[in-house]
Amino acid sequence: MKLRHLMLGAAAAFALAPVAAMAERGSDGQLNIIYWQAPSTLNPYLSGGTKEVESASLVLESMARFDSDGNLVPFMAEDIPTVENGGVAEDLTSITWTLREGLLWSDGTAVTANDAVFTWQYCTHPEGGCAQASYFDGVESVEALDDRTVRVNFAAPKPFPYTAFVGSESPIIQAAQFADCLGAAAPECTEANFGPIGTGPFVVEEFRPNDVITFVANENYRNPDQPAFARVVFKGGGDAASAARSVLETGEFDYAWNLQIDPTLLAEMESNGIGTVVTAFGTSVERLHLNQFNPDPALGDARSTAEGGPHPFLTNPIIGQAMSMAIDRALLVEIGYGAGGQPTCNVLPAPALYASTANDGCLTQDIAGANALLDEAGIVDSDGDGVREYEGIPLRVLYQTSTNAVRQDTQALIKQWWAEIGIDAELRNIDASVFFGGDPASPDTFQKFYADIEMYTNNFAGVDPEAYMANWRCNEIPGPDTQWQGSNIQRFCSEEYDALVTEMSQTAPLEERGRLAREMNDMLMQSYSIIPLIHRGGVSAHANSLGGVRMSDWDSELWNIAEWYRIDE
Amino acid sequence: MTDLTTLEAETYQKPRNQWWDVWDQFKTHKGALIGAAFFIFVLIFVFLGPIFWTLDAQYIDIRARSQGPSWAHPMGTDQLGRDTLSRIMVGGQTSLLVGLTAMLLALIVGTLVGVLAGYFKRLDGILMRLTDLFLALPLLPLLLVIIMLFRDTLRAQFGPEKGIFILIVFVIGITSWMQTARIVRGDVLALKEREFVLAARSIGTPPYRMITRHVLPNVLSPIMVSATLGIANAIITESALSFLGLGFPSDFPTWGRLLFDGTDWLQRNPERVIWPGLAISLTVLSVNYIGDGLRDALDPRIRGR
Amino acid sequence: MLTFTIRRLFMAIPTLLFISLIIFLILDLAPSDPTASLPLTIPPEVRAEIRASLGLDEPIHIRFLLWLQQFFVNEPLNLFEQWTGWTIGDGDRTRVISWQTRSPVVDIIAQRMPQTLWVVGTAYVVGILIALPIGIYSAYRQYSIFDQAGTFITMVGFSVPPFFSGVLVIVIFAVQLGWFPSVYDTTHVVVDWDSFVVQLKQMILPVMVLALQITSQISRFMRASMLDNLNQDYVRTARAKGLTETVVVMVHVLRNSMIPVVTVIALGVPQVFGGAIITEQVFKVNGLGHLLIGAIQGGDIPTVQTLTFIFAVLIVLFNLIADVLYGILDPRIRYD
Repeated sequence: MKLRHLMLGAAAAFALAPVAAMAERGSDGQLNIIYWQAPSTLNPYLSGGTKEVESASLVLESMARFDSDGNLVPFMAEDIPTVENGGVAEDLTSITWTLREGLLWSDGTAVTANDAVFTWQYCTHPEGGCAQASYFDGVESVEALDDRTVRVNFAAPKPFPYTAFVGSESPIIQAAQFADCLGAAAPECTEANFGPIGTGPFVVEEFRPNDVITFVANENYRNPDQPAFARVVFKGGGDAASAARSVLETGEFDYAWNLQIDPTLLAEMESNGIGTVVTAFGTSVERLHLNQFNPDPALGDARSTAEGGPHPFLTNPIIGQAMSMAIDRALLVEIGYGAGGQPTCNVLPAPALYASTANDGCLTQDIAGANALLDEAGIVDSDGDGVREYEGIPLRVLYQTSTNAVRQDTQALIKQWWAEIGIDAELRNIDASVFFGGDPASPDTFQKFYADIEMYTNNFAGVDPEAYMANWRCNEIPGPDTQWQGSNIQRFCSEEYDALVTEMSQTAPLEERGRLAREMNDMLMQSYSIIPLIHRGGVSAHANSLGGVRMSDWDSELWNIAEWYRIDE
Repeated sequence: MTDLTTLEAETYQKPRNQWWDVWDQFKTHKGALIGAAFFIFVLIFVFLGPIFWTLDAQYIDIRARSQGPSWAHPMGTDQLGRDTLSRIMVGGQTSLLVGLTAMLLALIVGTLVGVLAGYFKRLDGILMRLTDLFLALPLLPLLLVIIMLFRDTLRAQFGPEKGIFILIVFVIGITSWMQTARIVRGDVLALKEREFVLAARSIGTPPYRMITRHVLPNVLSPIMVSATLGIANAIITESALSFLGLGFPSDFPTWGRLLFDGTDWLQRNPERVIWPGLAISLTVLSVNYIGDGLRDALDPRIRGR
Repeated sequence: MLTFTIRRLFMAIPTLLFISLIIFLILDLAPSDPTASLPLTIPPEVRAEIRASLGLDEPIHIRFLLWLQQFFVNEPLNLFEQWTGWTIGDGDRTRVISWQTRSPVVDIIAQRMPQTLWVVGTAYVVGILIALPIGIYSAYRQYSIFDQAGTFITMVGFSVPPFFSGVLVIVIFAVQLGWFPSVYDTTHVVVDWDSFVVQLKQMILPVMVLALQITSQISRFMRASMLDNLNQDYVRTARAKGLTETVVVMVHVLRNSMIPVVTVIALGVPQVFGGAIITEQVFKVNGLGHLLIGAIQGGDIPTVQTLTFIFAVLIVLFNLIADVLYGILDPRIRYD
């Protein structure tokens, strides 16, 4: 079983890692981190934003985390339960975690299995509005077998049981601290939410919402030599360019997060020799969705719904294929993403087991081929205005995305390439808070999709794509009857695809799951209702004097901050 | 015959239109003349320039990206290889149109509200509370609401570009008249109690004439200052709007946007900020001088000297 | 004048209530959403539950009345309890809670106030102190070299937006010269001379950028208004009476020229408390402007509503102060 190999590798990596940290606890002074979006709370169950989850990961820990290669590393747990070691039940309906011996909260009290049970109750409370509730999907109960053993029972066999209490999104919180904060009372526990007690390497000293956090080393951390830093200042605010500048040019900060700025500029800043740009790839893919329903404004409220009927030309895969062929993905990477992106032809590009190779033809741009393809299909420019017609309808599209400098450059480039194959695009960008806001009253949300084409990035958390691939089932199509909730944004619908989704949910062997996921990916790709562009990674930068950074896109970037240290010059 | 016509012409010109006096006075103001000349030059540059400099402002030439000045691209290119010179020209058209119309709208509304509130005591309370309300409105959510409610209607009515233009001018105008209104009202309140106004009123001058002949000319200078500041404000606000996705499409250049996009490239390609920055500053400066000249020319006390 | 002030203060209550209602309606209509910034991996059902837990599924009039009660009853009572240490009622009442941080909005505002006042407030005072002499002297020596240079600098200064001038000064003074920090440290506490110098250093760049804008605007109005008055008959009379030039300009002309300047300054004070959104962002000052823009982008209605309402109070108050000052500057102005 491949997963076991991954686990073994993980264990080995973990055993080797502490070599670097020879210094004693707190000997390396202060670490300055800048996140240009500031964390608004330190309770990841109340706000699921990346910035909150990652800042909280300095304090709160889970049973296990994913390392930079997507392997599981035990943190609060003694080891990773598997079917082989008996930790996961044969019928895949339960997983049993064992806490490390002598594990202490930062206030000096012992961590018990009851804390995990409480965490589950906290997040699944119906009035709590827990942002990470999906990590407890399918969990029937969590029980404490003894002080150090926790069993998570699933309602149905769970082929991938590493969701609850795994990764920075579902950490274990202290029952004693949050006991009065269940359900509707959750937001009122400001003190607990701003200063959770954890088992991580740092303790909150001061939390200023949306501004700055100061941490100090946890005296009760399980490894007596860690963390090397005595203090961490976690500053928020500004923008990506100024964050990059403060690490790579002025050296005021040691680590900066999410530096999506022009790669030329980033490279130029890096050439100062003060800091280094690091990247990590997860599953994020920047993609185009081609609306399969008709978004014609004349349809009023029926646009982009089943009632409005199919799209006049984007349902024809030949047009989608030509649009995809006209795009030079390598150039998009070079201009907008640099080291933080790779051209991709799959909506599911990673982990390696699930990545298809069947569609790699799209990696090279072929405008002549795209033109020939359209000509052959009889989609030609019959009135000489430079725009082709399909059954008398000119190929004019409204192409929308969220406001972001890189996205606007990508839009401009793609618009020009499409112009070369006789497709005219009108560009529109929408403020991200509206575009991703999902307000049913707004015409500009990505779910409503009142445009022909839209572009954004999506991904899935963790390493298992089952839930992600289920996004494109027919019943996931957003519409007025579901308040525009639903993940099948491009309105793709195929019974064959739905059958594969059902099959995957009942399949346990990893190889078989991989085959199904690849098959679904290929089916989506060949429908050309979705055009993947870039496999995006996280881009961060750290000072050259900072050692031990092993960036992961599968988990918090700061997942191994306990091992970070100052390199003496 | 000839003598007669000249004589007739002379007698005909005798009651000279007072606008000629204004023009004569304006001509003597050196700064105003230079300002006006420069402003006309900018207008010619941005509106007629594209006829001679035919590179398409939206054409991407990826091999020529981020270049410095050269003969092919006298002002260099941006990160996608679009020609900065043609973008400055095309961008200037939008920026100037938005700047001038939005400023005029704000000025007219502001002056109207200010004069009415200052002159008529009954209107003062309600109009100033309205001003307070507008000053207090949260701008961004208001914009989002306006865009949500009106964008599609205007787009359908006037097409994507004209529709957005109307929307932007309306939005900027409607959210920036309050300062002018407050200032004009303050001046009118003081002016109303001056001797010449009292004198004019005592001989029965109707309010309309009072306002146009005695009040307005005397509050002209703060209005002129508001106008100058208003243009700069409108040009910058427009760029902030398009940054939020509330303005023109992203590939549509305007001066403010060029300056914003160029800011990150300040160290590598300084010409990307220098040109739009200069264009905005010098235009505003020239409008300022025109305003100075106009004010002097319209002031009868100065005109005679 | 006193009755006028009292009458206006009473008028302010319905005005402010009306303004708060309008603000609430706009915020409710606006299409931002508190779950917009969450990663797309969080499914729609969870988002719906989050919205419900924020109380967003209540009808709008209930939410507005709830906010009114929280802001006008619960918050003042809470403040009163904190000051006096007494407990009124059961002492357990809901405060205005921010949706983003899930903590009381008023506490965050109090936390943000110092850096905003340090930076934006200083810039405002500095800006006014520079602008007034520039405006007066430019008008007095109209078309002199000083006036021309002043015109040029102030117009360019106003035309260059802070998103550019901020980055420019950072590149020059923080990156190239390394004199001042580019990131403002909000946790810095001034206790002695050295820490005061550190505070000065981190304030200089943002104050410089902001003061340039403020100076430009106010000095233009000052100059224009002085010019209007310098040619008036009463100036000639004053000079003919044998008053010194200083007295004529600094007392007679200046006093009559202050009305538009007072208006502009009074309009600007609420904006000081509103922070400077762009400058705060560029220098990471994280004051009230940063709080407001973050709350707007995060669809955090309670925070935006509370902040905008406080600004509304300040606007109404300072416009009233301006009106009172008109009467002092020019006793002929009467309101009743």
